[in-house]
Amino acid sequence: MEDAGFIIGGYVLTFVTVTFMAWRVLRAGKRLGKQVPDADKYWV
Amino acid sequence: MTTTDPTLAETDPSGDDPDVRRGTGTRGTRIVGIATIVAMGWLVAFGLGFSPEDRDQRESVRLLYVHVPTIWIAYLAFAVTAVASAMYFFGKKKSLGWDRLAGASAEIGTAFVAVTLVIGAMWGRLTWGVFWQWDARLTTTALLFVTYIGYLAVRRLGGTHEQRARRSAVIGMLAVLEIPLVHWSVRLWRSLHQEATVLGTDGDVSIRGLMLFSLFVGVIAFSLLYVWLVMHRTRVMAMEDLLDERGLDDALAARRSEAAENQAANNEKGTR
Repeated sequence: MEDAGFIIGGYVLTFVTVTFMAWRVLRAGKRLGKQVPDADKYWV
Repeated sequence: MTTTDPTLAETDPSGDDPDVRRGTGTRGTRIVGIATIVAMGWLVAFGLGFSPEDRDQRESVRLLYVHVPTIWIAYLAFAVTAVASAMYFFGKKKSLGWDRLAGASAEIGTAFVAVTLVIGAMWGRLTWGVFWQWDARLTTTALLFVTYIGYLAVRRLGGTHEQRARRSAVIGMLAVLEIPLVHWSVRLWRSLHQEATVLGTDGDVSIRGLMLFSLFVGVIAFSLLYVWLVMHRTRVMAMEDLLDERGLDDALAARRSEAAENQAANNEKGTR
Protein backbone atom coordinates (compact mmCIF):
# COMPACT_ATOMS: atom_id res chain seq x y z
CA MET A 1 0.00 0.00 0.00
CA GLU A 2 1.31 3.43 -0.99
CA ASP A 3 1.59 5.99 1.80
CA ALA A 4 0.79 3.30 4.38
CA GLY A 5 2.29 5.42 7.17
CA PHE A 6 -0.21 8.23 6.66
CA ILE A 7 -3.21 5.98 6.08
CA ILE A 8 -2.62 3.50 8.91
CA GLY A 9 -1.44 6.37 11.11
CA GLY A 10 -4.74 8.18 10.44
CA TYR A 11 -6.78 5.16 11.47
CA VAL A 12 -4.61 4.58 14.57
CA LEU A 13 -4.94 8.22 15.58
CA THR A 14 -8.73 8.05 15.18
CA PHE A 15 -9.07 4.87 17.22
CA VAL A 16 -6.74 6.15 19.95
CA THR A 17 -8.88 9.31 20.18
CA VAL A 18 -12.23 7.51 20.38
CA THR A 19 -10.86 4.91 22.81
CA PHE A 20 -9.60 7.71 25.05
CA MET A 21 -13.03 9.40 24.95
CA ALA A 22 -14.75 6.12 25.78
CA TRP A 23 -12.33 5.35 28.63
CA ARG A 24 -12.71 8.86 30.06
CA VAL A 25 -16.52 8.76 30.13
CA LEU A 26 -16.60 5.24 31.61
CA ARG A 27 -14.10 6.18 34.31
CA ALA A 28 -16.13 9.30 35.21
CA GLY A 29 -19.31 7.19 35.31
CA LYS A 30 -17.71 4.66 37.61
CA ARG A 31 -16.24 7.32 39.93
CA LEU A 32 -19.43 9.38 40.22
CA GLY A 33 -21.61 6.27 40.34
CA LYS A 34 -20.02 5.40 43.72
CA GLN A 35 -21.06 8.79 45.16
CA VAL A 36 -24.66 8.78 43.93
CA PRO A 37 -27.24 6.29 45.25
CA ASP A 38 -28.93 4.14 42.62
CA ALA A 39 -32.30 5.65 43.55
CA ASP A 40 -31.14 8.96 42.04
CA LYS A 41 -30.06 7.40 38.74
CA TYR A 42 -32.87 7.56 36.19
CA TRP A 43 -31.26 4.81 34.08
CA VAL A 44 -31.15 2.19 36.86
CA MET B 1 -26.70 -16.31 44.18
CA THR B 2 -25.55 -15.42 40.71
CA THR B 3 -27.30 -12.90 38.53
CA THR B 4 -28.06 -13.08 34.84
CA ASP B 5 -28.47 -9.32 34.62
CA PRO B 6 -25.27 -7.90 33.04
CA THR B 7 -26.03 -4.44 34.48
CA LEU B 8 -25.56 -5.85 37.95
CA ALA B 9 -22.61 -8.02 37.07
CA GLU B 10 -20.26 -5.08 36.51
CA THR B 11 -20.21 -3.71 40.04
CA ASP B 12 -21.91 -6.37 42.07
CA PRO B 13 -21.30 -9.92 40.89
CA SER B 14 -23.58 -11.33 43.57
CA GLY B 15 -26.45 -8.96 42.70
CA ASP B 16 -27.84 -9.06 46.27
CA ASP B 17 -26.13 -6.02 47.77
CA PRO B 18 -28.81 -3.32 48.26
CA ASP B 19 -26.16 -0.59 48.66
CA VAL B 20 -24.45 -1.29 45.36
CA ARG B 21 -23.81 1.90 43.38
CA ARG B 22 -23.66 1.39 39.67
CA GLY B 23 -21.94 3.42 36.98
CA THR B 24 -23.51 4.57 33.72
CA GLY B 25 -23.62 1.15 32.03
CA THR B 26 -26.92 -0.60 31.29
CA ARG B 27 -28.00 -3.43 29.03
CA GLY B 28 -28.76 -0.85 26.31
CA THR B 29 -25.31 0.76 26.43
CA ARG B 30 -23.66 -2.67 26.33
CA ILE B 31 -25.61 -3.69 23.24
CA VAL B 32 -24.75 -0.40 21.49
CA GLY B 33 -21.13 -0.70 22.69
CA ILE B 34 -20.69 -4.20 21.27
CA ALA B 35 -22.34 -3.13 17.99
CA THR B 36 -19.92 -0.17 17.83
CA ILE B 37 -16.87 -2.42 18.27
CA VAL B 38 -18.13 -4.79 15.58
CA ALA B 39 -18.86 -1.89 13.18
CA MET B 40 -15.41 -0.38 13.84
CA GLY B 41 -13.85 -3.77 13.02
CA TRP B 42 -15.79 -3.77 9.73
CA LEU B 43 -14.61 -0.23 9.03
CA VAL B 44 -10.97 -1.30 9.41
CA ALA B 45 -11.54 -4.41 7.26
CA PHE B 46 -13.31 -2.54 4.45
CA GLY B 47 -11.48 0.78 4.78
CA LEU B 48 -7.98 -0.67 4.84
CA GLY B 49 -8.56 -4.01 3.13
CA PHE B 50 -11.48 -4.77 0.83
CA SER B 51 -12.10 -1.32 -0.66
CA PRO B 52 -10.19 -0.76 -3.92
CA GLU B 53 -7.96 2.26 -4.50
CA ASP B 54 -9.44 5.25 -6.28
CA ARG B 55 -8.47 6.09 -9.87
CA ASP B 56 -7.46 9.67 -8.99
CA GLN B 57 -6.82 9.70 -5.24
CA ARG B 58 -5.29 6.22 -5.17
CA GLU B 59 -4.79 4.81 -1.63
CA SER B 60 -5.51 8.12 0.12
CA VAL B 61 -9.24 7.51 -0.49
CA ARG B 62 -9.07 5.13 2.51
CA LEU B 63 -8.77 8.13 4.82
CA LEU B 64 -12.11 9.43 3.55
CA TYR B 65 -13.96 6.50 5.16
CA VAL B 66 -13.11 8.16 8.49
CA HIS B 67 -12.97 11.82 7.40
CA VAL B 68 -16.44 11.98 5.81
CA PRO B 69 -18.46 10.01 8.45
CA THR B 70 -16.91 11.96 11.34
CA ILE B 71 -17.96 15.33 9.88
CA TRP B 72 -21.44 14.05 8.98
CA ILE B 73 -21.96 12.76 12.53
CA ALA B 74 -20.56 16.03 13.87
CA TYR B 75 -23.23 17.88 11.84
CA LEU B 76 -25.83 15.54 13.31
CA ALA B 77 -24.43 16.07 16.83
CA PHE B 78 -24.63 19.86 16.47
CA ALA B 79 -28.16 19.60 15.07
CA VAL B 80 -29.12 17.54 18.16
CA THR B 81 -27.51 20.24 20.33
CA ALA B 82 -29.61 22.91 18.59
CA VAL B 83 -32.86 20.95 18.89
CA ALA B 84 -32.22 20.05 22.55
CA SER B 85 -31.31 23.70 23.26
CA ALA B 86 -34.58 24.84 21.65
CA MET B 87 -36.52 22.24 23.67
CA TYR B 88 -35.00 23.66 26.86
CA PHE B 89 -35.30 27.31 25.88
CA PHE B 90 -38.85 27.26 24.51
CA GLY B 91 -40.19 24.29 26.49
CA LYS B 92 -42.57 24.88 29.39
CA LYS B 93 -40.95 22.33 31.71
CA LYS B 94 -37.37 23.69 31.35
CA SER B 95 -35.99 20.22 31.93
CA LEU B 96 -32.22 20.18 32.49
CA GLY B 97 -32.18 16.82 30.70
CA TRP B 98 -32.42 18.73 27.38
CA ASP B 99 -29.49 20.92 28.43
CA ARG B 100 -27.37 17.90 29.30
CA LEU B 101 -28.22 16.25 25.98
CA ALA B 102 -27.21 19.46 24.18
CA GLY B 103 -23.91 19.64 26.08
CA ALA B 104 -23.02 15.96 25.63
CA SER B 105 -23.83 16.07 21.93
CA ALA B 106 -21.73 19.22 21.41
CA GLU B 107 -18.73 17.67 23.21
CA ILE B 108 -18.81 14.59 21.00
CA GLY B 109 -19.43 16.63 17.85
CA THR B 110 -16.44 18.84 18.65
CA ALA B 111 -14.20 15.80 19.12
CA PHE B 112 -15.44 14.41 15.78
CA VAL B 113 -14.66 17.72 14.03
CA ALA B 114 -11.13 17.54 15.51
CA VAL B 115 -10.75 14.04 14.00
CA THR B 116 -12.11 15.35 10.66
CA LEU B 117 -9.57 18.19 10.63
CA VAL B 118 -6.60 15.97 11.47
CA ILE B 119 -7.53 13.19 9.03
CA GLY B 120 -8.37 15.81 6.41
CA ALA B 121 -4.93 17.37 6.86
CA MET B 122 -3.30 13.95 6.31
CA TRP B 123 -5.47 13.37 3.23
CA GLY B 124 -4.54 16.86 1.98
CA ARG B 125 -0.84 16.12 2.39
CA LEU B 126 -1.20 13.00 0.21
CA THR B 127 -3.54 14.54 -2.39
CA TRP B 128 -2.61 18.24 -2.55
CA GLY B 129 0.93 18.03 -1.15
CA VAL B 130 0.15 20.28 1.85
CA PHE B 131 -1.40 19.70 5.25
CA TRP B 132 -3.36 22.94 5.30
CA GLN B 133 -4.64 25.61 2.93
CA TRP B 134 -6.71 28.65 3.89
CA ASP B 135 -9.39 27.28 1.62
CA ALA B 136 -13.11 28.09 2.17
CA ARG B 137 -14.09 24.57 3.33
CA LEU B 138 -11.09 24.10 5.61
CA THR B 139 -11.39 27.57 7.11
CA THR B 140 -15.14 27.34 7.78
CA THR B 141 -14.66 23.88 9.34
CA ALA B 142 -11.93 25.28 11.61
CA LEU B 143 -14.30 28.13 12.49
CA LEU B 144 -17.03 25.60 13.33
CA PHE B 145 -14.58 23.80 15.63
CA VAL B 146 -13.60 27.03 17.41
CA THR B 147 -17.28 28.04 17.78
CA TYR B 148 -18.13 24.81 19.59
CA ILE B 149 -15.01 25.06 21.75
CA GLY B 150 -16.47 28.44 22.74
CA TYR B 151 -19.86 26.83 23.39
CA LEU B 152 -18.21 24.26 25.70
CA ALA B 153 -16.26 27.02 27.46
CA VAL B 154 -19.49 28.96 28.08
CA ARG B 155 -21.03 25.84 29.63
CA ARG B 156 -18.21 25.89 32.19
CA LEU B 157 -18.79 29.47 33.33
CA GLY B 158 -20.12 29.86 36.87
CA GLY B 159 -23.75 30.21 37.95
CA THR B 160 -26.67 27.91 38.54
CA HIS B 161 -27.54 25.00 36.26
CA GLU B 162 -30.49 27.01 34.93
CA GLN B 163 -28.20 29.95 34.05
CA ARG B 164 -25.82 27.55 32.31
CA ALA B 165 -28.68 25.97 30.40
CA ARG B 166 -30.19 29.29 29.33
CA ARG B 167 -27.03 30.93 28.02
CA SER B 168 -25.68 27.80 26.33
CA ALA B 169 -29.09 27.15 24.70
CA VAL B 170 -28.87 30.53 22.94
CA ILE B 171 -25.39 29.73 21.61
CA GLY B 172 -26.40 26.16 20.70
CA MET B 173 -29.28 27.45 18.57
CA LEU B 174 -27.13 30.09 16.83
CA ALA B 175 -23.96 28.03 16.27
CA VAL B 176 -25.81 25.42 14.20
CA LEU B 177 -26.35 28.06 11.51
CA GLU B 178 -22.68 27.64 10.60
CA ILE B 179 -23.26 24.12 9.26
CA PRO B 180 -24.90 25.14 5.95
CA LEU B 181 -22.06 27.63 5.49
CA VAL B 182 -19.48 24.86 5.96
CA HIS B 183 -21.32 22.41 3.73
CA TRP B 184 -21.99 24.84 0.86
CA SER B 185 -18.67 26.69 1.16
CA VAL B 186 -17.28 24.63 -1.74
CA ARG B 187 -20.03 26.06 -3.95
CA LEU B 188 -20.18 29.58 -2.51
CA TRP B 189 -16.46 30.23 -2.97
CA ARG B 190 -13.79 28.88 -5.32
CA SER B 191 -12.40 26.01 -3.33
CA LEU B 192 -9.55 23.55 -3.53
CA HIS B 193 -11.70 21.06 -1.63
CA GLN B 194 -13.75 18.72 -3.81
CA GLU B 195 -17.54 19.14 -3.98
CA ALA B 196 -19.91 16.81 -2.16
CA THR B 197 -19.63 13.21 -3.38
CA VAL B 198 -22.86 11.98 -1.76
CA LEU B 199 -24.82 14.93 -0.32
CA GLY B 200 -24.74 17.10 -3.46
CA THR B 201 -27.59 19.36 -4.63
CA ASP B 202 -28.15 17.34 -7.82
CA GLY B 203 -28.80 14.12 -5.82
CA ASP B 204 -26.18 12.25 -7.84
CA VAL B 205 -23.94 9.88 -5.85
CA SER B 206 -20.54 9.81 -7.54
CA ILE B 207 -19.16 6.88 -5.54
CA ARG B 208 -20.14 3.25 -6.09
CA GLY B 209 -19.56 -0.38 -5.18
CA LEU B 210 -17.23 -1.29 -2.33
CA MET B 211 -16.16 2.33 -1.90
CA LEU B 212 -19.76 3.43 -1.22
CA PHE B 213 -20.25 0.41 1.08
CA SER B 214 -17.06 1.25 3.04
CA LEU B 215 -18.29 4.81 3.48
CA PHE B 216 -21.66 3.45 4.65
CA VAL B 217 -19.88 1.18 7.19
CA GLY B 218 -17.99 4.24 8.46
CA VAL B 219 -21.24 6.18 8.89
CA ILE B 220 -22.84 3.29 10.81
CA ALA B 221 -19.75 2.83 13.03
CA PHE B 222 -19.47 6.49 13.99
CA SER B 223 -23.26 6.83 14.44
CA LEU B 224 -23.22 3.95 16.93
CA LEU B 225 -20.21 5.43 18.70
CA TYR B 226 -22.02 8.77 18.93
CA VAL B 227 -25.13 7.15 20.46
CA TRP B 228 -23.02 5.17 22.95
CA LEU B 229 -21.03 8.23 24.02
CA VAL B 230 -24.14 10.42 24.35
CA MET B 231 -25.86 7.84 26.57
CA HIS B 232 -22.89 7.63 28.94
CA ARG B 233 -22.04 11.33 28.90
CA THR B 234 -25.59 12.53 29.68
CA ARG B 235 -25.68 10.14 32.65
CA VAL B 236 -22.30 11.40 33.89
CA MET B 237 -23.57 14.98 33.56
CA ALA B 238 -26.75 14.11 35.51
CA MET B 239 -24.60 12.79 38.38
CA GLU B 240 -22.29 15.83 38.23
CA ASP B 241 -25.29 18.16 38.48
CA LEU B 242 -26.77 16.17 41.36
CA LEU B 243 -23.50 16.22 43.31
CA ASP B 244 -23.16 19.95 42.60
CA GLU B 245 -26.61 20.59 44.05
CA ARG B 246 -25.88 18.41 47.08
CA GLY B 247 -22.58 20.21 47.63
CA LEU B 248 -24.37 23.55 47.52
CA ASP B 249 -27.13 22.31 49.86
CA ASP B 250 -24.52 20.99 52.31
CA ALA B 251 -22.58 24.28 52.21
CA LEU B 252 -25.79 26.27 52.81
CA ALA B 253 -26.79 23.98 55.70
CA ALA B 254 -23.32 24.36 57.27
CA ARG B 255 -23.49 28.15 56.86
CA ARG B 256 -26.98 28.31 58.44
CA SER B 257 -25.93 26.14 61.35
CA GLU B 258 -22.84 28.32 61.87
CA ALA B 259 -25.01 31.46 61.81
CA ALA B 260 -27.46 29.91 64.29
CA GLU B 261 -24.60 29.02 66.66
CA ASN B 262 -23.21 32.57 66.47
CA GLN B 263 -26.67 34.00 67.13
CA ALA B 264 -27.11 31.75 70.17
CA ALA B 265 -23.69 32.76 71.50
CA ASN B 266 -24.52 36.47 71.05
CA ASN B 267 -27.87 36.03 72.82
CA GLU B 268 -26.12 34.29 75.70
CA LYS B 269 -23.64 37.18 76.03
CA GLY B 270 -26.56 39.65 75.93
CA THR B 271 -28.40 37.93 78.81
CA ARG B 272 -25.28 38.07 81.00
